[in-house]
Amino acid sequence: MAMGSPAIASTTKKSGNAFFKNEGVQSVGLFLLSLILFLLFWEVGARSGLFAKGMPTASKTLQELWWWSTHPFFNNGPNDLGIGWNLLISLRRVAIGYTLASLIAIPLGVLIGISPIAYRAFNPYVQLLKPVSPLAWLPLGLYILRDSEQTGIFIILISSIWPTLINTAFGVANVDQDYLDVASTLGASRLRTIFKVIIPAALPNIVSGLRISMGIAWLVIVAAEMLLGTGLGYFIWNEWNNLYIPNILVAIFIIGLVGLLLDSIFAALERFVAFGRNS
Amino acid sequence: MSFASLNGIPVNGSPLVEPIHSSSQLSIRNVTKVFAGKKGLFNKVTRKTTRDFMAIEDISMEIEPNTFVTIIGPSGCGKSTLLNMVAGLSSISNGEILLNGKPITGPGSDRGMVFQSYALMPWMTVEQNIRFAVETVHPKMSPKAMTRVIKEHIQLVGLEGAETKHPHELSGGMRQRVGIARALAINPQILLMDEPFGALDALTRGFLQDEIERIWEQQRKTVIMITHSIEEALLLSDRIVMMTRGPAARVDEILEVPFPRPRNRESIEQHPAYHTLKAEMESHLFRETRAVEEARVRSK
Ligand SMILES: Nc1ncnc2c1ncn2[C@@H]1O[C@H](COP(=O)(O)OP(=O)(O)OP(=O)(O)O)[C@@H](O)[C@H]1O
Ligand SMILES: [Mg+2]
Repeated sequence: MAMGSPAIASTTKKSGNAFFKNEGVQSVGLFLLSLILFLLFWEVGARSGLFAKGMPTASKTLQELWWWSTHPFFNNGPNDLGIGWNLLISLRRVAIGYTLASLIAIPLGVLIGISPIAYRAFNPYVQLLKPVSPLAWLPLGLYILRDSEQTGIFIILISSIWPTLINTAFGVANVDQDYLDVASTLGASRLRTIFKVIIPAALPNIVSGLRISMGIAWLVIVAAEMLLGTGLGYFIWNEWNNLYIPNILVAIFIIGLVGLLLDSIFAALERFVAFGRNS
Repeated sequence: MSFASLNGIPVNGSPLVEPIHSSSQLSIRNVTKVFAGKKGLFNKVTRKTTRDFMAIEDISMEIEPNTFVTIIGPSGCGKSTLLNMVAGLSSISNGEILLNGKPITGPGSDRGMVFQSYALMPWMTVEQNIRFAVETVHPKMSPKAMTRVIKEHIQLVGLEGAETKHPHELSGGMRQRVGIARALAINPQILLMDEPFGALDALTRGFLQDEIERIWEQQRKTVIMITHSIEEALLLSDRIVMMTRGPAARVDEILEVPFPRPRNRESIEQHPAYHTLKAEMESHLFRETRAVEEARVRSK
């Protein structure tokens, strides 16, 4: 009996340790701890005037976040719009521009990728235009389209077209020769080979191109909207004119959250089309 | 009764329609393969010129219907090159290959191919991989007939229950079963296999060899298979083509394998010819491989 109880005590102790030794538990713990420390530092710093004058406290910002997220849809004119509306406006612009970009980039990428000659011929254009900052297109868009709404969409289109185009062309040009050999030993037609073999084989590349493009579109829309009129970007610009920093921080948080959400949708899509290939 | 009248008697009650001129199904005639080197001004400027490379030179052989032929030879001698020319995937530099008297100009569904790397489409299930092949070759086949053909071949290779799995969920041996089912499902006249078991472990390899022997007994299709394994060649083939080392590889010797069928590992080892054949192949491969190694040492 004397041997019994210490043994039990030591096993319960071990299982308690096992809970804290789990890597998932540890990382969540670290995350929460750092968040609390950060908010605490912020709160204390802001109250004691450690940061710039007028810097809001953490509690004030969280309060605003709560208010904006519980009142997302109100409309008192363009300068006083609920954040939900602004978000939807931004998302709508991104959706239109991004969809148009993808509809151009994927077929064009397939065409370029299929032919090695086209691949080399069009590569200089793509390489030249890809590094141009999206905002450099803004004056051109405004001049040609003479409409801020359309210009916003145009900028999304022109900046989110490249990654999809490049990745699609690369994926199509580098389809495993074995798959092509299978298709040709069966006597498959060119069209059947393209739709049944080449495009599905390049799908992981196409989806990762789409994912990068979506990230860029979301980056660009906020910047473009500062110069446009509505949307999350304009919301930030407007709050800057009002010099009300807590709302800017709220908007930054929401932009980050939505970007994260969009990215994880594409990450899931990537896994879905991988079928065991270097996932 | 004279011989003349004996010849005149119709066999099985049906008269012989026409005399067969040549008994061979596939004729490989003086085939040479030269891989063109990089030439031209552009390559000269970039200093990327390479010389022409003659992989195989003047290879001839006749393959009769319903024979199982294996090709064996030192690594890099041009076995895959020859098989790809038969498949129509690679152009013939010189000579010709005739299938039923007609020259081969490109790939076609009269030849089914099994790849060493399986070459299954990862985004298709087992069933869809086979369906893709059948649908490509017979676009007008009724859905019912197609489903039946697919099912038959899944059963033939013993893959029942794995129809809806994707290739990455299968073991190497099961993947190659799909590869074999896909090649057979289009009902080709000739089955081409390039080291079909090269990527498998010894045990799985043995299982699949037995499967191939079983399937071959059922269908007796003409098969050309490349292998590195002497035992595999002896178990499966009617004839073994031994190639010399490259460059400009040739056929060194063609061995007839006299073992009665159906075969199995144990029974063929009892056959009096087994050990002589095996010894002959071993000494050939050893001699050629040593020459390759020596050439490599000297060129360094
Ligand atoms: N596309 C090509 N261009 C130039 N040379 C090639 C090409 N393909 C193959 N070769 C050369 O032709 C020779 C024969 O190659 P092949 O792949 O047919 O050999 P193999 O007998 O199948 O070898 P292994 O047993 O290793 O599979 C090799 O020396 C190889 O380097
Ligand atoms: Mg080979």
